[in-house]
Amino acid sequence: MSILVDKNTKVITQGITGKTALFHAKGALDYGTQMVGGTSPGKGGTTVDIKLENGETKSLPVFNTVVEAVAATGATASVIYVPPAFAADAILEAVDAQLDLVICITEGIPVLDMVKVSRYMEGKKTRLIGPNCPGVITPGECKIGIMPGYIHTKGHVGVVSRSGTLTYEAVHQLTTRGIGQSSAVGIGGDPVKGSEFIDILSMFNDDPNTYAVIMIGEIGGSAEEEAAEWVKANMKKPVVGFIGGATAPPGKRMGHAGAIISGGKGTAAEKIATLEACGIKVAPTPSDMGSTLVSVLEEQGLLEKCKTH
Amino acid sequence: MNIHEYQGKEVLKQYGVVVPEGKVAFTVDEAVAAAEALGTQVVVVKAQIHAGGRGKAGGVKVAKNLDEVRAYASEILGKTLVTHQTGPEGKEVKRLLIEQGCDIKKEYYVGVVVDRGTGRVVMMASEEGGTEIEEVAAHTPEKIFKEVIDPAVGLQPFQAKKLAFAINIPNELVNKAASFMIALYTAFVDKDCSIAEINPLVVTGDGNVMALDAKLNFDSNALYRHKDILALRDLDEEDAKEIEASKFDLSYIALDGNIGCMVNGAGLAMATMDIIKYYGGDPANFLDVGGGATKEKVTEAFKIILSDDKVKGIFVNIFGGIMQCDIIAEGVIAAARELGLDRPLVVRLEGTNVELGKKLLNESGLNIVAAESMSDGAQKIVELVK
Repeated sequence: MSILVDKNTKVITQGITGKTALFHAKGALDYGTQMVGGTSPGKGGTTVDIKLENGETKSLPVFNTVVEAVAATGATASVIYVPPAFAADAILEAVDAQLDLVICITEGIPVLDMVKVSRYMEGKKTRLIGPNCPGVITPGECKIGIMPGYIHTKGHVGVVSRSGTLTYEAVHQLTTRGIGQSSAVGIGGDPVKGSEFIDILSMFNDDPNTYAVIMIGEIGGSAEEEAAEWVKANMKKPVVGFIGGATAPPGKRMGHAGAIISGGKGTAAEKIATLEACGIKVAPTPSDMGSTLVSVLEEQGLLEKCKTH
Repeated sequence: MNIHEYQGKEVLKQYGVVVPEGKVAFTVDEAVAAAEALGTQVVVVKAQIHAGGRGKAGGVKVAKNLDEVRAYASEILGKTLVTHQTGPEGKEVKRLLIEQGCDIKKEYYVGVVVDRGTGRVVMMASEEGGTEIEEVAAHTPEKIFKEVIDPAVGLQPFQAKKLAFAINIPNELVNKAASFMIALYTAFVDKDCSIAEINPLVVTGDGNVMALDAKLNFDSNALYRHKDILALRDLDEEDAKEIEASKFDLSYIALDGNIGCMVNGAGLAMATMDIIKYYGGDPANFLDVGGGATKEKVTEAFKIILSDDKVKGIFVNIFGGIMQCDIIAEGVIAAARELGLDRPLVVRLEGTNVELGKKLLNESGLNIVAAESMSDGAQKIVELVK
């Protein structure tokens, strides 16, 4: 078990003929993900040939539209690498085609485009992860996105994060301590996005294969505080946290569009205080995410169960 | 991206938002000519910098005749204003807005933002105009009223009127205020603003509802579709190193410390600043070289860091995922050779091709201190700059 994706997930790439999309489609195929095709308007009916690390060549069908791709391949998930100006439209197309899951990697989508997307998605079945995120991985089964697959190990700790590289940092710290991951989800650094911490925490809570969760937040907004309150009220499993940006000056956007302290709100200090108050142990530095989790697992007698032997 | 008040007012005017008559002036003579052209009894001379709190800092003066306009314009132009938003070094005034004075009956606040909680645009209004809205929010949050706007239909007249009544706009002016708010919302959406603040919105003696000040901030991700707005960018208001970095698609923010940082990924870059501070150091900058940095990009990033005289040492912290550590190492070595490495450099590499990257650094003959982890690297650089 895992969340969102597993070895049976069939994935199409929207905008598959682009350089970035092809690069990551290859990475996903090398990892063992069931990539079954892609879209590229005007290039329907052609194929793209992807040479894999094991020497084989995989030929993927290209379609004009997502609806056609879904009908022909049975895909239930898509990943989006199209440029920011066209990304919101790509998400809408995937939602219209009734995919279960859409993962949007694209960084730099205008926020008002995402406001429209989030309105359009109300009441629809599709779950959106991102935009501006590294994607989702269930180690050993399915990798959708730009994360380096080899740092992950199959196991029982869920990871959810607003930041890509900090997710890798956390996963690496876990793997080197012999602790595998059930799934790792990057929800993205934009202010308006498809999934929030609570959405993912709730899935980890319901996943029998996940025994504990690391939640990595950053300055800006109040999603971490809301998640902490939710954890206190609902979570059956230990959660540890980290909040990036304790030293960020107010009013400055720290790379991510969503990472900005405005009007004195969204500071790291506030977030850390709320997390701690809700029973979430917070790592004092980003180097301590793994060790903080280990200490909590030990306290709760879960360490042996989480070790990947 | 920020723009000046006078530019914001020109943008809003296109959408029917009522603003006082006014003109920008770059010299004292232009200021006097602008006041003369306005022909009103009272003229306001307003410093144009990208920061709030100008009035308190002496950057806004009311002139009753042309001599006073000349005197105030001479006083303010070239002056360095220090406000709560400029930092202690302040900002030099290079432009003035010369504006008709108006007969203010009462001041209000209207703001538009994207609310991350609801994923919608929200309009906020308050009767407590003229003061800092953060203060109102902190002490009397019940005095701020909000309407969440459905993007499918936009701000509806009933919502605007609800706000106008809630903040006690005089009954006979509620329709004017509602039109004002709808025009403001339209401008916000049409121009991809991230913040639009009218503080104060005023009701005047002659029965007008107008924007006495205007602060517009634009979503930098959407500027590609607003060439007209992009043309309003004032490079004088931005940090020279930040401008240089943006040319190379590097995300850089200058800070006050002495440890230069180069990191891949925004989250890791922020966390790197945090860990430096944790071990008693002070970061000189936030710098995200991005996921797909090339050797050239790394070199440029290095140049920008080294151009800051405050920098006494550099910490490179890379978690190579898609990005390969050997490429980073090559960039670091090339930059160090080209620029001459006169300050301590600590490098922490992890991820794809890490061994190859470390080997390149070790064999470069350069004085590079290798770190095993983020915390190891942070402690080493903090020690070295002491």
